Amino acid sequence: MKRINLFFIILVSALLLLTGFRVENEYYLGVAVLILIHAVNATAMNVLLGYTGIISMGQAAFFGIGAYTSAVLSVTYGINPIATLFAGAAIAFVLAYIVGFPILKLHGHYLAMATLGFGMIIYIFMNEMDFLTGGPSGFVGIGDIVIFGYDLMDEKTFFIAMSVFFVFFLLICELFDKSFLHNKLKFIKNSESACRSYGISPAKTKVLVFASMAALTAFNGGIYAFYTHFISPVSFSFKYSAELLAMATVGGLGYITGGVVGAVCLGLIPELFSTMEEYEMLVYGGVLAVVVMFFPGGISGTLKKLVKRDA
Amino acid sequence: MQFLYSGLTSGSIYGLVALGFNIIYNTTGIINFAQGEFVMFGGMLIYTFFTIFHVPFAIALPVTVLGSFIIGALFERIFVNFCKYKTEINLFTITLAASIILRDVAMHAWGRDSVKVDDYIPIANLKMPGGVISSQSVLIIIVSLLVAWGLNLFLKRSKYGKAMRACFDDQTAAETCGISVRNVRIIAFGVASFMAGVAGVLISPITFVTYDDGIMIGLKGFCAAILGGMGNFWAAVAGGLMLGIFESFSASIIPSGYKDAMAFFVILLILFVKPDGLFGKKRAHRV
Repeated sequence: MKRINLFFIILVSALLLLTGFRVENEYYLGVAVLILIHAVNATAMNVLLGYTGIISMGQAAFFGIGAYTSAVLSVTYGINPIATLFAGAAIAFVLAYIVGFPILKLHGHYLAMATLGFGMIIYIFMNEMDFLTGGPSGFVGIGDIVIFGYDLMDEKTFFIAMSVFFVFFLLICELFDKSFLHNKLKFIKNSESACRSYGISPAKTKVLVFASMAALTAFNGGIYAFYTHFISPVSFSFKYSAELLAMATVGGLGYITGGVVGAVCLGLIPELFSTMEEYEMLVYGGVLAVVVMFFPGGISGTLKKLVKRDA
Repeated sequence: MQFLYSGLTSGSIYGLVALGFNIIYNTTGIINFAQGEFVMFGGMLIYTFFTIFHVPFAIALPVTVLGSFIIGALFERIFVNFCKYKTEINLFTITLAASIILRDVAMHAWGRDSVKVDDYIPIANLKMPGGVISSQSVLIIIVSLLVAWGLNLFLKRSKYGKAMRACFDDQTAAETCGISVRNVRIIAFGVASFMAGVAGVLISPITFVTYDDGIMIGLKGFCAAILGGMGNFWAAVAGGLMLGIFESFSASIIPSGYKDAMAFFVILLILFVKPDGLFGKKRAHRV
């Protein structure tokens, strides 16, 4: 049994604490919250791609489903925000389960394109069903989320709540990374036939993982909706799926640290290059290309290799 | 009938893009995500030469398609060749990254606005049974069929075409027979980009060109390729035409906003039911 990577969790918690105490600027806190949201999504992507070998380009669609479910249920129907988060997750779970059964028989490029097609359909529906979603101009007037009587209305409180959620999430992920389940998923990634001969059903496991990650992403999407108070289909387009893929890949596929590191690195690019905003996507693509071409393990993998070589 | 004509027009463009997908997939096993960007580049290049610099069309066209060929070849050299670990996921990601880069380069070179390319031939509406068809559509359909036919000849008759077909069948065997697989791959990317360039040249007077046009047309082309089945060139053309016709007919039944979704419904359906495509050969699955 491997030990839990406590160092990483403590590092992240320390960084979060430092940010919480030191940073007063609302804008920077907002950036931090967004990075945390991206990190959760990227980790979900990482579990799919890095562990199970499912390449899903439809993650943005699930993110959007969660966000829109929360928005529509809480604003139009006046349901408690916390309940809408779970409702969004449940809807995404069921949808992913239904779609996943036929889709996950495919592999590689075909799977990527099929999930991409699914993402595109959801995106088009978000745009066209304007009686429900507000269409391309977006959905406005989403309220605040209230946890245990605390109204998360400003950046600071939201950041604190999100940090707590995130550290909790990381702990679970680390536990998952060291559990038997993770071996099972990697087994599936390496050889499905071998899996089958050992009595593991790859199809069932893959669908379950796909649906769970969809639910997680949708839950996160609800949080995003309550954070920004405004959502529009643009945030959930194919581009966002590609960004998530980039984050997971740059951070390192197959490492829990990967999604977080990738989200922080790529999430900071727009801020660091804000003077030359025009070239943001160029840097994005360039970083992704260089990492894929020369550092297949991503940042986490490369660092791990370096550390091991010294020891 | 009117729907049939407009479907044929867009369908022949999809067919050209699908051919490009086919060529690259068969030689290298890569689904080239940047195929749509090649189309966009073709349109942008013809815009630069023909509309901005007023180069005569007879010169602008060869320069554009040659430029497309070179872009494709460079693409292979820079991105695919340098990819250290050629797993399927890595190759997919690298073409994705490359498409982001190409799109951004185009945005900087030509700006964010749509550009309009001047017409190549005088516009006239031809009366056909049950509707009208514009001269541009006729041009598109004829040229794309000619190009597909030319490609067929190239693959069947020429030395390089034969080498490429040898690589489709068995790369190792081809290598043993003294065929340079490396060169074949460069040519495959070049030819695919060439086809996309032709498609870009053809559609740009009708639809205008924007830097982010590539995503949609690339995806539709992929749908056409899947619909027809990978590995068969005429099937790709047929898939493209069918997709175009289906799309324009569905636009008459359902709200037009959902038109783009139809292509993806088709692709999902095909992937569920018959992943080898309608005319594709059964491929043995690796165990």
